[in-house]
Amino acid sequence: MKRMKVIVVAGPPASGKTSVMVHSIRAMQRFGMTPAVVKIDCLATEDDAAYASVGVPVAVGLSEDICPDHYYVVNLEEMTQWGKSVGADVLIIETAGLCHRCAPGIDRALSVCVVDCRSSIKIPKKIGPVLTTSDVIILAKGDSVSQAEREVFHARLRNINPGADIIEANGLTGAGSEHVARVFTEKFEAADLVGSRLRHPMPTAICSYCMGEIRVGNAFQQGAVYKMSFPENTGGAL
Amino acid sequence: MIDSITVCGGMDKAGRPEVIQTLDIRKGRIYSIVGFTGSGKSQLIGDIEQLAQNDTVTGRKILIDGKVPDYSMRFNPDVKLVAQLSQNMNFVLEMTVREFLLLHAECRGGVRRESLVDEVLECVNSLAGEPVGPDDILTRLSGGQSRALMIADVAVISSSPVILIDEIENAGIDRQKAMDLLTCQGKFVLIVTHDPLLALMGSRRIVMENGGMTAVLDITEEEQKAGVVLSAYSEKIFAAQTRIRSGKSLSAFDLEILHQEVVV
Repeated sequence: MKRMKVIVVAGPPASGKTSVMVHSIRAMQRFGMTPAVVKIDCLATEDDAAYASVGVPVAVGLSEDICPDHYYVVNLEEMTQWGKSVGADVLIIETAGLCHRCAPGIDRALSVCVVDCRSSIKIPKKIGPVLTTSDVIILAKGDSVSQAEREVFHARLRNINPGADIIEANGLTGAGSEHVARVFTEKFEAADLVGSRLRHPMPTAICSYCMGEIRVGNAFQQGAVYKMSFPENTGGAL
Repeated sequence: MIDSITVCGGMDKAGRPEVIQTLDIRKGRIYSIVGFTGSGKSQLIGDIEQLAQNDTVTGRKILIDGKVPDYSMRFNPDVKLVAQLSQNMNFVLEMTVREFLLLHAECRGGVRRESLVDEVLECVNSLAGEPVGPDDILTRLSGGQSRALMIADVAVISSSPVILIDEIENAGIDRQKAMDLLTCQGKFVLIVTHDPLLALMGSRRIVMENGGMTAVLDITEEEQKAGVVLSAYSEKIFAAQTRIRSGKSLSAFDLEILHQEVVV
């Protein structure tokens, strides 16, 4: 069976992942590649229609009650089997993009993070591991900020992850998508992911609420329950 | 250094080839881009900024010195061919003016020096009304202040051979002064404008319609004269604007001046 390259796309919600990918897939098709897409989401998604519009096989995984990144990783082997079965030579997995405690990157897959130029300059710190473990960072929605801010944001990202390719791409006009497709085509070899490793561990989610508890209060909490520490009373008047 | 930029025409919004199929842009001249809203003016300078290669909605292709620019010219962030003043009126980054300017100077290959901040702010405050200070937070600046800072940043920090300006007139700043700051000798300058005075500052005018370039006009002798008349009218309007903005009333004397024919 032929080998398939896997590209994992992550990034905050509404950062422009799907729009940029749809344009980039068109460019990849022009370069002679045959992509397929898996979209992971929580409750519902319409992104599959956007992908289907460019004529690629698309599968949707809805995690429902489970953390979408955990759901993604436990289904990885099945996703790659599906990708091969539809004849793809590149499988693009778009993750749900939620809490960003996790980074979905895997050693043998190309790891991509999409960030919105308009998001806070503090975002690189907030979404930490997903940025630092990425091979490619796509800077989206650049048309809505000044050139100077785009350059400052770009420099900040480069500072945080000096090894990554940082690409400015626009999901509305498709500008930059050819560059994305070129990097997708050239970076990383096709590889079998079974036995590969997550680049960053996922959180230990084993408290009562992971199991469906809805009552609030200490009496209802079991398992790994970590409590906050609060600042000492500094003597301020109440 | 580059000597010429060529825009190879693409498609208009209806998917028809645009009328102007080749536009040569030469150094040291100002090109104005005119047309109604939605006619594709900003997209044209966007294509130039990205050195589009058939990969934007218009399908245009930009040549530098008659050749397809190489990969690094397009995508290496350290090659800054273009300084662009877009239509954005607000900043989104939460940082002080000072920090932002120093960071941007670094991005542009300069050194962090405090005197640069003073230099930019002096420029900003010659354009806008209420002064901007180094410790002001970017996101809290008004539209006009933001715009003035963007202009000063392009003028002082972003030294690039190509200058693209999108509607400098829309924030209550001194447009003539802004144009003087931005357009220096020996650069490629394109300005998108709805203002007849600014449009006539260009020696060539690119006319846009339905997403495509439909005509390229050279400024005529009559238009040059018209530009001088318009500029005199504009000074009158600016004087009245300044009085009204600074809380003064217009007097009978002011009215008389407004009634007078302009002297050119």
